[in-house]
Amino acid sequence: MPAIGKQSIEFQNDVFILGGGAIVGKKEGDGPLGNCFDRIEEDPMMGMNSWEEAESALQQKAAALAIQKASVLKDQIRMIFAGDLLAQSIASSFGIVSLERPVYGLFGACSTMGEALSLGSMAVAGGYGDIVMALTSSHFASAEKEFRNPLEYGSQRPLSASWTVTGSGACVLGTRSSKVKITGLTTGKITDYGLKDFQNMGACMAPAACDTIAANLKDFMREPSWYDKIITGDLGYVGQRILFDLLKDQGQDITEQHLDCGIMIFDQETQDTHAGGSGCGCAASVFASYILPQVESGTWKKVLFVPTGALMSKTSFYEGQSVPGIAQAVVIEYVE
Amino acid sequence: MDYINAFWVGGLICALVQILLDRTKMMPGRIMVMLVCLGSFLGAIGVYDPLIEFAGAGASVPLMGFGNVLWKGVKEAIGKEGFMGLFMGGLTSSAVGISAALIFGYMISVIFQPKMKS
Amino acid sequence: MANLNSEEQKKQYEEYVKQVTPVHSLPVNMAKAFLVGGLICVFGQWILNTAKSHGMNQEMAGAWCSLTLVFLSALLTGLNIYPKITKFGGAGALVPITGFANSVAAPAVEYKKEGQVFGIGAKIFTIAGPVILYGIFSSWVLGLIYLIFQWWGGGF
Repeated sequence: MPAIGKQSIEFQNDVFILGGGAIVGKKEGDGPLGNCFDRIEEDPMMGMNSWEEAESALQQKAAALAIQKASVLKDQIRMIFAGDLLAQSIASSFGIVSLERPVYGLFGACSTMGEALSLGSMAVAGGYGDIVMALTSSHFASAEKEFRNPLEYGSQRPLSASWTVTGSGACVLGTRSSKVKITGLTTGKITDYGLKDFQNMGACMAPAACDTIAANLKDFMREPSWYDKIITGDLGYVGQRILFDLLKDQGQDITEQHLDCGIMIFDQETQDTHAGGSGCGCAASVFASYILPQVESGTWKKVLFVPTGALMSKTSFYEGQSVPGIAQAVVIEYVE
Repeated sequence: MDYINAFWVGGLICALVQILLDRTKMMPGRIMVMLVCLGSFLGAIGVYDPLIEFAGAGASVPLMGFGNVLWKGVKEAIGKEGFMGLFMGGLTSSAVGISAALIFGYMISVIFQPKMKS
Repeated sequence: MANLNSEEQKKQYEEYVKQVTPVHSLPVNMAKAFLVGGLICVFGQWILNTAKSHGMNQEMAGAWCSLTLVFLSALLTGLNIYPKITKFGGAGALVPITGFANSVAAPAVEYKKEGQVFGIGAKIFTIAGPVILYGIFSSWVLGLIYLIFQWWGGGF
């Protein structure tokens, strides 16, 4: 039975990652992982007319990159699982319309890559699609406009605030053999610790990461040391600290294995990004361009990829609601 | 000299507001509302005009000065038109600030494009 | 456990988060706000003095001061310079009327993609709207109280 424990799946059929592609903006290209990304786009407008259209263009390009690196044809893709931060996921809808493939639109905030990889791998393992794609994006400008303030508005950001990544990452999954497999997943629960501070996303999402990681370890009956790396999406420096403390309360220590895409993608000292990078594109681009190659080469053999998302809207915030989080975990393994 | 008073009074008001920005969860929008209402109130109890006498722009340039202008406008209009003055005074006195913001804001939007932050 | 259900637990978590979250140095930020705010006010004072030396009365001088500061703030907003000033000066850029102007010009620029009517027109007051509403309303309430006092005073 593939379903194990309370909220996990251990795939009986093989799900391979055939290839991944990522395109990011200038700031991300200037960061520590700059050399890893497939493409760096200097123009934040991507030659389009609005930030939202620019984000769609990012998705289009990322999808094309992934298709090329996976050596598949666009028309072979049975399903695309895609989403983004914007209301009604318009970046995704307009980004992939030109691909003319069947699509399931998703919303998982910044956990969307985890959600897309999970659903995509379920489709492959279930025999419902021999080639599928997981795709997501974020754009600093469109996110600021949607959730915070117009770019030209002056404000001071607290040290706990994160910087939304401008970037898109796409992965092609399938039944064809490759060096990387998705062997399992843990579906996250919405986790609410009552925090209302949307300028401290790490603290809002850490409980969800803790819950999903703990559930994964429990369901699979593994110790943290089973994994070479446990990588969250955008908890940032503050969220990482909180995650360690919350897990220690549950008797788990992941300090050896833990990495965070938001911490890795920017240099805190020189790029003034405070708590770190965030956004769907953060986890997605780092996964496609950095994590995946590490596993492909055998440098890391077993990775738990667990991006987190903060489930709020401007309306919910103004109406005084808290900011609950969610974390979707995927188990990636190197194929000998 | 009036420049010195403008500097330290204006600066002090800003420094005190900085405490609100840094140590409370108050957002800029809420702080601006608070300043304008405070200015109205201080104007009404007769405290703000003396402050402007002393500090000049140090008191009139901060948003509280805007609230004071609103209050004075309402007060004057009541003096002239009685009850109707309540509705005539506010926007009239603040006309310059609000009109300028709208007109120049619009012109700026015609000329400039949204730009990314680095 | 997925959620914290009691208010007390939520409060505890909030306290804990506060402890582990780094914050800016308040004295440093206050100093920067003092400097930036003070300088903007000095510049405003210069405008007032210049206007008065041209024979204008207090009210007209004040109008020219507001006009100039609003214009410059809008221009610096368009040039993408005002956000940098605010990043450094915080309240020093927010408190003067220049902050108000920035909050009107910024949405105007950003929302132009959504059109003249529904973009710029509808959204130009997204940030500054409350200032105008509550400014007008509070002066109205105070005016009402003033009016009532006058009637009572007149009655005696």
